[in-house]
Amino acid sequence: MTGAGVVLLTTFLASSVEAIEMVIVVLGVGATRGWRSTVLGAAAGFAVLAVIVAVLGVALGSIPIGPLRVVVGALLLLFGLQWYRKGIARVAARGLAGMSEPGVQDDDVPASGIDWVAFVLSFKGVLLEGLEIALIVVSFGLAAGQLGLSVVGAAAAVVVIGAAGFALKGFVTRIPRSLLQLIVGTLLTSFGTFWSLEGLGVSWPQSDLDIVGLLVVYGLAAAAYIGLERRRIHQARLEMA
Amino acid sequence: MRMVVAAAIGIARFIYRFIVGDDWTVALVLLLALAATGVLVTHGISAWWLVPLLAIVMTGISLRRSALHDPPRPTSGTN
Repeated sequence: MTGAGVVLLTTFLASSVEAIEMVIVVLGVGATRGWRSTVLGAAAGFAVLAVIVAVLGVALGSIPIGPLRVVVGALLLLFGLQWYRKGIARVAARGLAGMSEPGVQDDDVPASGIDWVAFVLSFKGVLLEGLEIALIVVSFGLAAGQLGLSVVGAAAAVVVIGAAGFALKGFVTRIPRSLLQLIVGTLLTSFGTFWSLEGLGVSWPQSDLDIVGLLVVYGLAAAAYIGLERRRIHQARLEMA
Repeated sequence: MRMVVAAAIGIARFIYRFIVGDDWTVALVLLLALAATGVLVTHGISAWWLVPLLAIVMTGISLRRSALHDPPRPTSGTN
């Protein structure tokens, strides 16, 4: 069983990547079109997400741990590799830059009743960004045998990023999301590799310690690729100038 | 009925994007590597290195391919 601290940290960081985008959307909509309908839309999005987590948890929880680790490990490996590759490309291209705020129009806001534009924008922002969180949290939590802690880590990320976004104007847009995405991509790829192969019957030479080895190998490969990408981007810009 | 079909297509697209992403060759090679590892393990061969090796190699190939399709733009400082 994977340690509680590792489960909390990984799901907190993974959820933070999507929570940044979620909070930026909700704050942008709320600031331009009013808070009542925005908050209602966000609450509806979270309610749908809670149902999805519960249904997925029950469905995947009924699979024995061996086959579950193959399926979930492969899922985390494939998904983690996408964030790993995107993180490398974005860190190489933009360094530690944050995210820009979305442009939201504030004309035709109704004086009373529900502003459906704000509701739908906020609902979609929470649901679309949250779906990936839900899948990561359920699959990671079940494979680690700690679904409850996994949900706590994700909820904590949404609360912390949300509270920071409300309290400190512009803070969320300055978080280096690309770097965070690369770190989480490395974590998910490492755990996905470890669990999927363990589920297939591979005996790791140093047992659980090999997760650290995978983290180091994938981390070093990412650093090397970032160096190569930066050199390629620099050369391409010189040729264009 | 049209809404149900649209929702089903939307869910299928999300699952494809979540699992496969924008480079299907990476997903295909990794799934084949997992299958090959499973076969090797049943024959008593410890092939734990195959998936990490191919994951790193395919990441490099995918980065190279996306660089060729989407070359970098000049920075704003060059204006």
